[in-house]
Amino acid sequence: MADKKRSTPKLDELEKGPWPSFVKEMKQAAEKSATAADALGILERSYNDKIGHWKHGGIVGVKGYGGGVIGRYNDIPQDFPDVAEFHTVRVNQPAGWFYTSDALRKLCDIWERHGSGLTNMHGSTGDIVFLGTKTPELEPIFSELTEAGFDLGGSGSDMRTPSCCCGMARCEWACYDTMGLTYDLTMHYQDELHRPAFPYKFKIKAAGCPNDCVASVARADLSIIGTWRDNIQMNKDAVAACATGGKVDIGKDVVAKCPSKCMDWDGKNLSIDNGNCVRCMHCINVMPKALAPGKDRGATILVGSKAPIIEGALLSAVMVPFLKLEAPYSDLKELIGAMWELWGEHGKNRERIGEFIQRVGLGNFLEQIGLEPVPEMVTQPRTNPYIFYDVKK
Amino acid sequence: MATETVKRKTDIGPPHYEKFLPPIIKKNYGKWKHHEIVKPGVLMHVAESGDKLFSVRAATPRLASTKTLRLFADLADKFSGGHLRYTSRNNVEFLVTDEKQIEPLIARLKTEGYPVGGTGPSITNIVHTQGWVHCHSAASDASGVVKSVMDELFPHFEKMDLPAKLRIAFACCLNMCGAVHCSDISILGLHRRPPKVNHAALPKMCEIPTTVASCPTGAIRPKTVDGKQTVEIIEEQCMYCANCFTVCPAITLADAENDGCSIWVGGKVSNARHEPMFSKLAIPFLPNNPPRWPEVVAAVKNIVEVYAKNARKYERMGEWIERIGWPRFFRLADIPFTKFHIDDFKHAGEYYRRSAHIKHMPEA
Repeated sequence: MADKKRSTPKLDELEKGPWPSFVKEMKQAAEKSATAADALGILERSYNDKIGHWKHGGIVGVKGYGGGVIGRYNDIPQDFPDVAEFHTVRVNQPAGWFYTSDALRKLCDIWERHGSGLTNMHGSTGDIVFLGTKTPELEPIFSELTEAGFDLGGSGSDMRTPSCCCGMARCEWACYDTMGLTYDLTMHYQDELHRPAFPYKFKIKAAGCPNDCVASVARADLSIIGTWRDNIQMNKDAVAACATGGKVDIGKDVVAKCPSKCMDWDGKNLSIDNGNCVRCMHCINVMPKALAPGKDRGATILVGSKAPIIEGALLSAVMVPFLKLEAPYSDLKELIGAMWELWGEHGKNRERIGEFIQRVGLGNFLEQIGLEPVPEMVTQPRTNPYIFYDVKK
Repeated sequence: MATETVKRKTDIGPPHYEKFLPPIIKKNYGKWKHHEIVKPGVLMHVAESGDKLFSVRAATPRLASTKTLRLFADLADKFSGGHLRYTSRNNVEFLVTDEKQIEPLIARLKTEGYPVGGTGPSITNIVHTQGWVHCHSAASDASGVVKSVMDELFPHFEKMDLPAKLRIAFACCLNMCGAVHCSDISILGLHRRPPKVNHAALPKMCEIPTTVASCPTGAIRPKTVDGKQTVEIIEEQCMYCANCFTVCPAITLADAENDGCSIWVGGKVSNARHEPMFSKLAIPFLPNNPPRWPEVVAAVKNIVEVYAKNARKYERMGEWIERIGWPRFFRLADIPFTKFHIDDFKHAGEYYRRSAHIKHMPEA
């Protein structure tokens, strides 16, 4: 594509330096794809103009689906005709982002045939992102993807592609099977994933333990965070080895950092007041051979986190302090169903469930979905004395 | 014309993850015992069976060509039995069972330009959004800022030399699809001028009631211009959130001289020690200065260095600042405190200090 080669002095600057260069990636794709070459050209233009040149998406997609494709057009198509259409295709990633080399190559084959050859591994929500194609390519991409065993992810006001940490596949701290649950929910809610029918988006993230490696508490409308109810498991020999090993100062690095001050260390014995432990993971993180989550494992279910648009950012709030999570996950699905029904019926356009709960009040929300209020749901009871008593009862 | 020979499939969902798991993971699924960081960028997970899995973590720019994905596939075939995974922060991990393959793999990755690191008390990959590469509402580029910042902070990726892990995130507008609001350091693109209304295009492109209702501060009202129904913006009421632009493309915010980046600090998502918390405003505005964004790079580097010098072991950015207090943070980092640092929207009042608990400092 020598004729497509454009001068990109500003972007060339970003090929230098030790960190992997996205410009190198774009140039690699541009060698084979006119679309990628124009994407590079229009980006250089943005670097000169200091504004983006992409317009809103129109409604594009594959037959029978309302989500999975983001339409994208540029505002100077006369200069960059090969990215006049530059749509994104979201492909539902395998749980835990595990791949074989063959699976990766299969995805590459499809994308090189029908798109720019540019990808995001991965998008913010977790999808494999194919970056830049034209409307007529969408159906062929879709049929080849499904033939290869892949399907599209979510976009718009639907259930977005659920994602999770690697959980039991590689981590001793996983308090439930994050990948199993994520796959199960994704399959169970295929209709909600592909056909937007909610007031706004609904994201689900499954983290195996309170370390929350997938940032579920900040990035998911439904945050499923693994935890345990019984005592932290302790290997006394390994504690002693930690104490003498020189790497960990148990008093300073572990006990003094405990947020609930539930630990004690007399130089020989480590004791834990498990009733006061908030399951924060710090001591376990520091002494992974000596301490481990308990055996009675499950998850805390939190709801409502989101980015600022529209009413300000939120973190998820506790809905169920502890839930056992075993297939077929009926309790969790019942809760999801009840929340979707209420929010679907009464949520305003573009109102995330977290904002909806704040608008109607958590107490009313709980009553409607049939959950009993418990003190674990709040950091403290109200200080405001203006209470909306139920005058009809 | 091709005939439809294959029945069109829908709703098949993603491939089952089991198909892609290496044998060692299938065998030890749910039966891992402990893990440790063998060296920067290399994790060792030990199973109850005694099996050992080594994950070699390499940086990627997230925006990857298929050529690079094919390279990773080839490397996986050569060094890790064809098995690899990605992390939630866009690093790639090769799942190695033969310990002897680790060093040759690291060397090869380095030669190819994908350095190994990002484990433990280090700075790992910056999660980020699309920016000018693909987004319609971007107030800055994402990839360029990330590349420039990581080039500068690179030693902290390869070495585990910080008090605790330090998570940086970048979002190119307040929509924050990168959810940067809970990071140790967030770089957030923002607009600073009210949107411009294209009165000729608006009646054809947008619903007036939806557009009016989209504004969280009620700054949009209907207006008739040249006999056509459109809207006007009450400019002093606008906080540049861009929600109107999202529902109505005829209202645009991009402004070459007034768009730029803000810096936020002290957020976290992990429950370890301190509860998860939001990032708070450190620097309200820095200009877009492509291709290297020197002002943003210098500001982030300064905050990292001040943190590295002053925080205690295991203290995340937000925990450190909470211990020393925000006044000392602003003094140590030599960042001016302005009226823009004080919330005047939803949380106005919540963060006014309503006590005499102040860490006074003697006059310099």
